[in-house]
Amino acid sequence: MNPTDVLITGIGVVSSLGLGADAHWQALTRREPMPALDLERFSPYIVHPLPEIDWSTQIPKRGDQRQMETWQRLGTYTAGLALEDAGIKDDEALCASMDMIIAAGGGERDVAVDQAILDASLTRNDNDVLLNEKLTTELRPTLFLAQLSNLLAGNISIVHKVTGSSRTFMGEDGAGVSAIETAAARIRSGQSAHLLVGAAFQTEHPDMLLAYELGGYLQREKWSPVWQRNKDLGGGVITGSGAAFLVLESREHAEKRGRTPYAAIGPVASGRARRKDTDLQKDLAAMLAPLQQDVRPVLAISGASGAHAPTAAERAALESAGAVVRGFNTLTGHLKEAQFPFAVALAALAVRHGQAYPAFDPSSEKPFESAPKAALATAIGYDCFEGMGLIVEA
Amino acid sequence: MKTTDSFGRPLVAVTGMGVVTSLGQGKKDNWRALTGGQSGIHPITRFPTDHLATTISGMVDFLPESSRGASALTFALADSAAEEAIGEAGFSTSDFGGPLFLAAPPVELDWHNRLRLYAQSDRANGWRSLIEAARKASERALFDESQFAAIADRLAEKYGTRGLPITLSTACASGATAIQLGTEAIRRGECERALAIGADGSATAEALIRFSLLSALSTQNERPEKASKPFSKDRDGFVLAEGSGALVLESLENALARGAEILGIIRGCGEKADDFHRTRSKPDGSPAIAAVRAALSDAGMSEDEIGYVNAHGTSTPENDKMEHLSLSTVFGERMRTIPISSNKSMIGHTLSAAGAVEAVFSILTMRENTIPPTINYENPDPAIELDVVPNVKREAEVASVLSNSFGFGGQNTCLVMAREAG
Repeated sequence: MNPTDVLITGIGVVSSLGLGADAHWQALTRREPMPALDLERFSPYIVHPLPEIDWSTQIPKRGDQRQMETWQRLGTYTAGLALEDAGIKDDEALCASMDMIIAAGGGERDVAVDQAILDASLTRNDNDVLLNEKLTTELRPTLFLAQLSNLLAGNISIVHKVTGSSRTFMGEDGAGVSAIETAAARIRSGQSAHLLVGAAFQTEHPDMLLAYELGGYLQREKWSPVWQRNKDLGGGVITGSGAAFLVLESREHAEKRGRTPYAAIGPVASGRARRKDTDLQKDLAAMLAPLQQDVRPVLAISGASGAHAPTAAERAALESAGAVVRGFNTLTGHLKEAQFPFAVALAALAVRHGQAYPAFDPSSEKPFESAPKAALATAIGYDCFEGMGLIVEA
Repeated sequence: MKTTDSFGRPLVAVTGMGVVTSLGQGKKDNWRALTGGQSGIHPITRFPTDHLATTISGMVDFLPESSRGASALTFALADSAAEEAIGEAGFSTSDFGGPLFLAAPPVELDWHNRLRLYAQSDRANGWRSLIEAARKASERALFDESQFAAIADRLAEKYGTRGLPITLSTACASGATAIQLGTEAIRRGECERALAIGADGSATAEALIRFSLLSALSTQNERPEKASKPFSKDRDGFVLAEGSGALVLESLENALARGAEILGIIRGCGEKADDFHRTRSKPDGSPAIAAVRAALSDAGMSEDEIGYVNAHGTSTPENDKMEHLSLSTVFGERMRTIPISSNKSMIGHTLSAAGAVEAVFSILTMRENTIPPTINYENPDPAIELDVVPNVKREAEVASVLSNSFGFGGQNTCLVMAREAG
């Protein structure tokens, strides 16, 4: 017990499974949790779509909603859930002194404008002039702001008045790891007393799928659990839209406010394995070793993406260390920057309830009978960068 | 010499610096041009300018990667600055041994590649055809272009930085944030040294058009070198530019122990987010004021200890007015006599790189006892009473600098740098 222990006092999560921490706990502890899938809209790709969301419950001004596309709305909405859950929302003083670290990619491009350019390019041979002509006349001026990576944070400042500081990390799964790791380090060192950290990913846009498929990472045609992806159907990743935000506080700060925490963030490790040259399983085992506690088995909330090689390496590393895995991407799809924040949120819920999730994929995941006092959260990037953290009782 | 600050934290020294702007590659060429009042702003030649309201920029056109898309150029810019900085600091350029903090622009598949893939596709199913062509092409370089982690990953591989590299964006404050993150990591005792880079080679046609649609850019195309005129009455927007700045940050204790030359000290960093509007700042300037005050307080310094301000000074009507308001509020009457200049009058606005580029120039200002001018100051804005070091450099002893960086999305980050540990 230390006054600068890092406590999780607010959770906001959104995925195809529902809205908020309670809805996720309910959905994920059902005997046979079911994925929500959209097989048509982006076929041959499958996505876990967003549930219906009434944005106005967290973004009351129409004008604010109009300035954003779905990715920023989703992040701003979910940040609001976390702030509300922590009892900080609408507390002007707490929000104004609250630090913020967001992991972000880019926002949505205008599909119609882009397609018009692609189509026109087939009948002309002056593509550069064509770009100028179309982009100057057809782009909505405010769309740029809806695309800018740091404008998710910007919108959270505007809508929720979180203005202590604002930093946006970029870089897919790894950015989510760095965001949590840096946030926890700030609290432990006394650099922050309370902090909002999280990410959102909106996969329901052709460009979001394109970015994966440039590297051949997606699975086509058929859904299967994250541990059973089929090499004949592509690279193994099935994506989902979702977001996860956490309110982190020092123990001292949380106690002063009389808040009951979900859990505490213990050690967090991150790395950049040279995957081409080294054995990722060994690297992950080395990363895991110092995080291990004596209690066996360990519940591991895994952000394995389904990408064949890293998913196999992670599973082998975790199981060799005696962990019982729960691969949540089976039910949510890959959430990119939000993977690690989401894993930490699910781990914290399990620790708080003193109950493990039933197997998300009973043919690949073992039962976990005891009450977990700690849970491991992982995010091994589908292409690069790795991280894991131990979530413990507060 | 003491190696901790007044709060007991490790002091952070700068022991290596590198820079690239439209004025040239490396500190030497840049400093000569900058103190000579030379402008790097020139007509755009990288792509046709038909239909564009702005036809000038401060692009870096002299690198082999200059015509190979935003990702390739951003990497090349970061690479050049990093090599110069690490070389000066005397560390291994293949085993740097500290973390990397990279401020970089958001990435996207380049339009030329998008068009090429589509031309290769069956074109029957719109975006489906494009995605299918992407999968079939299976070109790793195109994938990398769409990945936000890729540039930092390459830099980490080449220079042997430690751990998971952090790529960040706080819009036009990004470069300063990279330095802040490195400084904070050293203060937390996580590392002895860190590499902070700001790099931006993203001046594509689409980027230019996006800023143009927000009315942010100068359209004074006739005499490019005259277009960026911070604090002037007839300023009409910033000039889009490219560049990079890299700094080797190191605990002072470690730097002294290995006998490194101390180029400067990062004394304090401060930030404050603005909740007013996505592109405009709060009319009372309170967030910028709070950021300046936070930097001073983090440095443990008072207002009268600042000898020079390296302005954000973008040459937009809004920024320069706001910056004047906030500085006048913090420094009071003395602000009329504190020299303040804008490097952007010569290099334009290097966006994600600006905070790092301008930190390098701030430290050179102290080391060389020379303040670079604000050029094109021919028509002063009567509402902005500042000593902008107009048009010609000034010899002056400068012991400490405040460097401002403000960005879209309510980002305000300020750095206080000093010659001595204090």
